[in-house]
Amino acid sequence: MTLFTPVSAAIGGALIGLSAVLLMFLTGRLAGISGILGGLLAGCSDRAWRFAFILGLIVAPLAGALAGHALATPAIPASEATVIAAGLLVGFGTRLASGCTSGHGVCGIARLSKRSIAATAVFMGTAMVVVALTRHAFGG
Amino acid sequence: MLSLAGFVCGFIFGLGLLISGMMQPPKVLGFLDLFGAWDPSLAVVMAAALAVSGVGFAVVKKRAPLLAPQSVLPRKKDIDGPLLAGSALFGVGWGLVGLCPGPALANLASLSPRVIFFVLAMVAGMVLCDFVRAKRPARAELATTSAADG
Repeated sequence: MTLFTPVSAAIGGALIGLSAVLLMFLTGRLAGISGILGGLLAGCSDRAWRFAFILGLIVAPLAGALAGHALATPAIPASEATVIAAGLLVGFGTRLASGCTSGHGVCGIARLSKRSIAATAVFMGTAMVVVALTRHAFGG
Repeated sequence: MLSLAGFVCGFIFGLGLLISGMMQPPKVLGFLDLFGAWDPSLAVVMAAALAVSGVGFAVVKKRAPLLAPQSVLPRKKDIDGPLLAGSALFGVGWGLVGLCPGPALANLASLSPRVIFFVLAMVAGMVLCDFVRAKRPARAELATTSAADG
């Protein structure tokens, strides 16, 4: 159980939006994490900025820790087999759908893309069903 | 310069994930759990991100990017099978553990073994998807645009 944290959520969300706008303004690219990583893995010719973006993504929490924001080990309440299966599904699914929470959920919806609105409705709806089943139907 | 821009944007994105609490799977699962003690934080994160990016994109849309000859935007317009099937598969994985690609990568900073397992599996899933698509010549044109939405 977690508490509703509207202020930090709004500040963090605004920073995510700022990152997307800045990336578009500077490089003309969309800040979709699965697309940035997928392109890197697929051997696109523009690997350097993709690698740099992901490096920045990983360095940020470390810098936050230096500034006093606790770097908590993420609590993952699932078995290792579930974690691996979920990772495979997230990787395969986001690549097939050409986007994830950031690419479709933020950048795509901000561009009023019908594809992204549909994708976000599907992955959010599916995830809610899975949580309802694992937490309330089986896991109780 | 392009790489520096990439690093700075990735850094700001990571700070956003950290501050918003979205690097913590329980916060994400708390949002996805409509029948439990619902935590609407993720909705606020998305609303704030959309408010900033919606206005920002509208402002920068018409001009060429500062560091590149042109912007690279999705060409596909129609809602097709791969989009829906892929999103459904992603949703299952997201609901099982509460990690999506951004927070999974940012959490590598913690060197948590489970996060490392998750990211390795996610990478394998992406490579597998590209491999399967390359094997199907009729759909080969999709592979070149597969990163198109972001």
